[in-house]
Amino acid sequence: MNTQMILSQTDPRPIYVQIMDEISRRVALGDWQPGMRLPSIRELAADLKVSVITVKRAYLELERSGVIVTQQGKGSFVNQEVSVDDVRMQELARYLDNAARVAAAMGMSHDELVDALADYTNR
Amino acid sequence: MLAIKCSNVRKTYPHFALQDVNLNLAEGTVMGFVGPNGAGKSTTLRVIMGLVHQDAGSVQVLGHSMPAAQRAAKWDIGFVSEDMRLYSHRTLGFHLEFLEQIFPKWDKPYAAELLRRFDLNPEQKLKGLSHGQRVKAALLTAFARKPRLLVFDEPTTGLDPVARKLVVDEMMRVMEDESRSILFSSHNTLDVEQISDSITFINQGEIVASQDKESFLDAWRRVRLVVDDTFTLPNCNSIVKTQRAGHQMVLTVSDYNEGFAAHLTQAGASVTDVERLTLEEIFIASVEASQAGQHAIQGEAA
Repeated sequence: MNTQMILSQTDPRPIYVQIMDEISRRVALGDWQPGMRLPSIRELAADLKVSVITVKRAYLELERSGVIVTQQGKGSFVNQEVSVDDVRMQELARYLDNAARVAAAMGMSHDELVDALADYTNR
Repeated sequence: MLAIKCSNVRKTYPHFALQDVNLNLAEGTVMGFVGPNGAGKSTTLRVIMGLVHQDAGSVQVLGHSMPAAQRAAKWDIGFVSEDMRLYSHRTLGFHLEFLEQIFPKWDKPYAAELLRRFDLNPEQKLKGLSHGQRVKAALLTAFARKPRLLVFDEPTTGLDPVARKLVVDEMMRVMEDESRSILFSSHNTLDVEQISDSITFINQGEIVASQDKESFLDAWRRVRLVVDDTFTLPNCNSIVKTQRAGHQMVLTVSDYNEGFAAHLTQAGASVTDVERLTLEEIFIASVEASQAGQHAIQGEAA
């Protein structure tokens, strides 16, 4: 099993999040089609050389967000009902969430944050 | 099912004591064992192997009681430590043939594959090997036996980054089989953080923490604050370290949850960043905190 997934040691995201994002991106790009069987947790752990518990956590979170489904004894699959737009939105949502948090810590109002964001989209 | 179960293990030496060591390694998992020099890592591993007899407490390894049943247990344990005794005037190939005769599960094709991967020459005598080559040779002999449990004391110490990656890769290949388990000690926190399912932290003969890696890493945070001149930090046990420079404060927190940031905001601080810590940073913060605590106690006594 070689998924050609490359994890980064300098990326501040925890490893389980990197794995989640990489799988979500493959689904969003259509490279991993709905219904496709994912590598087993142990296969992916051995492939990526990361602990089983880390891959398990990534799969659990992906299941929770509806990107994959796990069937007892059969393995994990890309959710048949997955909405590619939703998967893309989830990636964006994390950045927006971060921006909202930083803005709040700076004491920025809602409108000020919206204005600041508008500056970026108009660039 | 547990591959290793240590309960209240004690071992006292004139200048060092292991105190009530409790350690559980679940089957099919990797445990990283970390702690400063002289903390008791090697002693603990030796007790688990039955090489050092504990003064009190019980040790079960693959269902065998140690040290009493060490002969039976050792067929299924591959142990590698710094002081492996090999015949220095014999070749590596001699050792491999010797082990093949002893161990029924010896995997000859796998041993040959590992010789190539680890870039070792079976014609070479052990005394001519470099430190790194000797370590790789010792690890090879443990891997090729295909034991259910691997116990490695500092397997990657002294290896170059390429050799280290080869060893870590091989350890993860073992984990494809969910009936096999690994316990390894290491100062290389990056390796431990990468492949361990659980982390056990020992300091001065005592287990400070032993839990699954994800929860362990999740519990620690560095919190950056901006505060005004009148701000006083609320009392909180989970703050391990406090640093302040002007209006900025940096807290190292050992038991972080969302409520913590809210608590600080209520106290009048604004939280600018909440960062995760690497295992190395956690390691250093814990050891420093325990030393600072000891000095404080000694200071009070004086």
